Amino acid sequence: MLLIPCPYCGARPELEFSYGGEAGIARPENPAALDDAAWSRFLYERTNPRGPHDERWRHTHGCGRFFNARRNTLTDLFVISWKVGEAVP
Amino acid sequence: MTQGFRTPSGGRIDRSVELRFSFDGRYFSGYAGDTLASALLAHGVHLMGRSFKYHRPRGVIAAGPEEPNALVQIGTAAHAVPNLRATQVELFDGLVAESQNRYPSLERDIGGLSDLAAPLFPAGFYYKTFMWPAWGWKRLYEPFIRHASGLGRAPDAPDPDVYAQRYVHCDVLVVGGGPSGLAAALAASRAGARVILCDEQAQLGGSLLNEPAGEEPGWREATLRALAQSPLVTLLARTTAFGVFAQNFVGLVERVTDHLAQPGIALPRERLWQVRARQVVMATGAIERPLIFPGNDRPGIMLAGSARTYLNRYGVKPGTRAVLATSCDEAYLTAHAFAQAGIPVAAIADLRVEASAAAMAARNAGFDVRLGAGVIGTAGRLRVGSVTVQGSGGQRETISCDLVAMSGGRTPTVHLFSQASGKLRYEPGIGAYVPDADTEGMVAAGACRGVSGLESVIADGEQAGGLAAKRVLAPLQTRKPKRSQPPFGSPAELAKLPEGKGRAFVDFQNDVTSKDVAQALREGFVSVEHVKRYTTSGMATDQGKTSNINTLALMSAGLNSEVPDIGLTTYRMPYTPVTFGALAGAARGTLFDPVRKAPLHDWAEAKGAVFEDVSLWKRARYFPVGRESMHQAVARECKAVRNSAGIFDASTLGKIEVVGPDAAVFLERMYVNGFRKLAVGRTRYGVLLREDGFVADDGVIGRIAENRFHVTTTTGGAPRVLAVMEDYLQTEFSDLRVWLTSTTEEWAVIAVQGPKSREILDGLVEGIDISPAAMPHMSLREGRVCGAKLRLFRVSFTGELGYELNVPSDQAPRIWEAIWEKGASLGLAAYGTETMHVLRAEKGYIIVGQETDGTVTPDDVGLSWAIGQAKPDFVGKRSLARPAMKAPDRKQLVGLETVSSVSALEEGAQIINSAGRKSLGHVTSAYHSATLGRPIALAMVAAGRARMGEVLHVPMPGGDLDVRVVSPVFYDPEGVRLHA
Repeated sequence: MLLIPCPYCGARPELEFSYGGEAGIARPENPAALDDAAWSRFLYERTNPRGPHDERWRHTHGCGRFFNARRNTLTDLFVISWKVGEAVP
Repeated sequence: MTQGFRTPSGGRIDRSVELRFSFDGRYFSGYAGDTLASALLAHGVHLMGRSFKYHRPRGVIAAGPEEPNALVQIGTAAHAVPNLRATQVELFDGLVAESQNRYPSLERDIGGLSDLAAPLFPAGFYYKTFMWPAWGWKRLYEPFIRHASGLGRAPDAPDPDVYAQRYVHCDVLVVGGGPSGLAAALAASRAGARVILCDEQAQLGGSLLNEPAGEEPGWREATLRALAQSPLVTLLARTTAFGVFAQNFVGLVERVTDHLAQPGIALPRERLWQVRARQVVMATGAIERPLIFPGNDRPGIMLAGSARTYLNRYGVKPGTRAVLATSCDEAYLTAHAFAQAGIPVAAIADLRVEASAAAMAARNAGFDVRLGAGVIGTAGRLRVGSVTVQGSGGQRETISCDLVAMSGGRTPTVHLFSQASGKLRYEPGIGAYVPDADTEGMVAAGACRGVSGLESVIADGEQAGGLAAKRVLAPLQTRKPKRSQPPFGSPAELAKLPEGKGRAFVDFQNDVTSKDVAQALREGFVSVEHVKRYTTSGMATDQGKTSNINTLALMSAGLNSEVPDIGLTTYRMPYTPVTFGALAGAARGTLFDPVRKAPLHDWAEAKGAVFEDVSLWKRARYFPVGRESMHQAVARECKAVRNSAGIFDASTLGKIEVVGPDAAVFLERMYVNGFRKLAVGRTRYGVLLREDGFVADDGVIGRIAENRFHVTTTTGGAPRVLAVMEDYLQTEFSDLRVWLTSTTEEWAVIAVQGPKSREILDGLVEGIDISPAAMPHMSLREGRVCGAKLRLFRVSFTGELGYELNVPSDQAPRIWEAIWEKGASLGLAAYGTETMHVLRAEKGYIIVGQETDGTVTPDDVGLSWAIGQAKPDFVGKRSLARPAMKAPDRKQLVGLETVSSVSALEEGAQIINSAGRKSLGHVTSAYHSATLGRPIALAMVAAGRARMGEVLHVPMPGGDLDVRVVSPVFYDPEGVRLHA
């Protein structure tokens, strides 16, 4: 049972959270200006690294806030988490 | 029946309490403190099981959880538990035990024929057989294999027992109540840490319990007293730590009542403890290894340390004449113990060529110690009768005996450490793996990390407990790794490919022999993962506790490489089998999933409604009157709605209150529709897409005020839609001033639909002018009904004049009753979800998840009209511009009429044309329409809109059905009745 560090509530069991995919993928300001390939990259391409991965999580059964977290995809352990809008550590 | 093999005194049993039990229908007696195994041995009963594959007669080899052979079923009927190790079954008065895997009896098992056919069943035989003839698999092989496989039989009645679960947090969890575990718990608690100590046995003490009672300095009693008195310590006996999960989340199973003759109803049978420990001390000891020699599996051949345990702890003599076979010093302790108990030791065959100190001492004490000697064969059918020993010079001697005590060294129990991702290192000195460095959350102590000698393990436990407590209070503390010492002296020699004829067993429970391992290597399976799976060594319920290292040793000898180079397979939970009951706890039957009931559930139930499950909700499907079938009820309900009026509970639909200065802007960005210009008091049918352009949800959205919208969603989609809205609001559109509140359960929704609906509501609704001019279709008004708050929507999912009354949920029943009463004289009928489905299908209204499946665009289902064309952007808009999303052969929503069949089509049926059997699409909804008097269907068909009037075919098992493509709107296409 992973403990996930919500920056608002502290470390809570993984059951309380929903996964939100890779972090730092901003929705393009002007989607109409993108060609199909670029739009497809926004929709589907992800880094999928082996090691530290910056992700979004939502504390669904807690404060309900989205936040960012760095999780190691090999060990499954969380390194650090930070609030929306804070600088990426 | 006398217990002929009890020692006259001694042991940790209570000889004043005699217990009666039965094994395979025979009655025996034992004492309090016995296990089933010790009590049977006390009667000289060694035959306790038949092996898995060859059905060879087997007896106990061990005294603890590592026992591979003596698997029994305890209890009867629904309480029965199969595959329990007789060495762990605590005896109680009235215990009923049965052996397994034998027919008709243990002594005469017809399965023993497979032992004669053994050459036909080598490792992996099932990969090379059962292939011909092809029909043979289903009719012959599979039924036979199913019948023959497995060991015990699971009960086939629901489990009547209750299981409890607890979550606890502690500072230090100590796994193992032996000397090092007790020392660790004491040290940690004295340092101020909150400690939980668990041990799988009924008494705490571990290996201390296996030494002669009375010879101990009293350390155990004193320590237990101190622990029991400490408010910081929780002691859990009969509790197995079966697995370590992320971040020291440890699963424990406590056996609460299995040892009680009369459990009573107040206690759960087992208790699952889910422990979050800040630090874990693993003090799990070490398990003895068997020797591998031909015929090493006969009843009466057991592990030397375990034989000593039966003698010292249970006061049982495991035989009358013993031979010891060993490759390490431990067996000599047993030799002395045997001699003291009056069991003559005929010979000690020590595989080591050089005499250790213990061997010399034994020789001096008069034992016949043969160095460089090993057992090369045994004889005896239901009990060992003799062994053949080959000496260092090659000379052979057959020695009669009824007891063989063998010892191949000890393997530290490192499972939990490995599950916690701790690294193991191979110690040639003891021929096994030990924990390398401590992990951040776990330290190992005592025999499980290769320490031996009572004083040393106690000291090691103290140090580990202190360290764990320090880590809880302060940053990471570490220790230098300890050099492992072999237990009781000189190192063991590792198992080698044995000499002698006959099968030498490595894994007793799965009947894996050294020949099987050799065969696997010969066939090219040289990876440890392959050897494990090909031979199944280590894959039985004992998880290779007595066989894993021996298998590695055989591989090492066969491949001529060092054991550490071969590697290890992964240790997986559970350490010993865990019941489903313990894991399920209370989540069974009606408590498995929460049941959500709509506000009018009780009224519907009282009316005899038949319910269906819609995600977690119970919804009334239809309201049969008298002896109506579903078909008849639905036909009647449909006619009532179209001719007079119907009343329907639509409360399960999701509702979200969207509030704020930017509410309209937000909805415009989320939905395909325009909302800024939607007037207050008007509603719009909203379509929500995913970013990839496919329909995700739909629902009517009403504007209550400039800054306030009442958004509805599908029943199943409510949480998902709110989550998506929150996602965009918090992470993309965070500049917008909007707040979202889920109001699904706050508002009950009473739908009143039909030409008489206005008449029925007239007079009940207060403060709202519901005349057609004042309240047109797709408008909403606020007011009151029966004195309660009301948001009245004029919307229709049926195609008739209709309303949806949103009222506070707790007020709904009395408001419904008032409407019901008013409508009685006007032909008002209650209708359910089935009728709701039929009526909307007659109007061609889609249901998200029925006509759509996540790959459908708005245009595919004829909803292009809903898209706000002037909007520069909304979720999914960019994706709609992809060429593939506008391809002419995309599946499109159409209606289908059957050409001649009078039965409704089957939902999901495929649709083809005369040109070939390739599928053009499928039937998404199909019903019998009482309104039209014939079957109707909605379907998604490639280029459907271009096929109006075309005849297509629906292949069914009985033949193809002809269908005609028509408009999906079967009834009142102009919408005249809607706008009444």
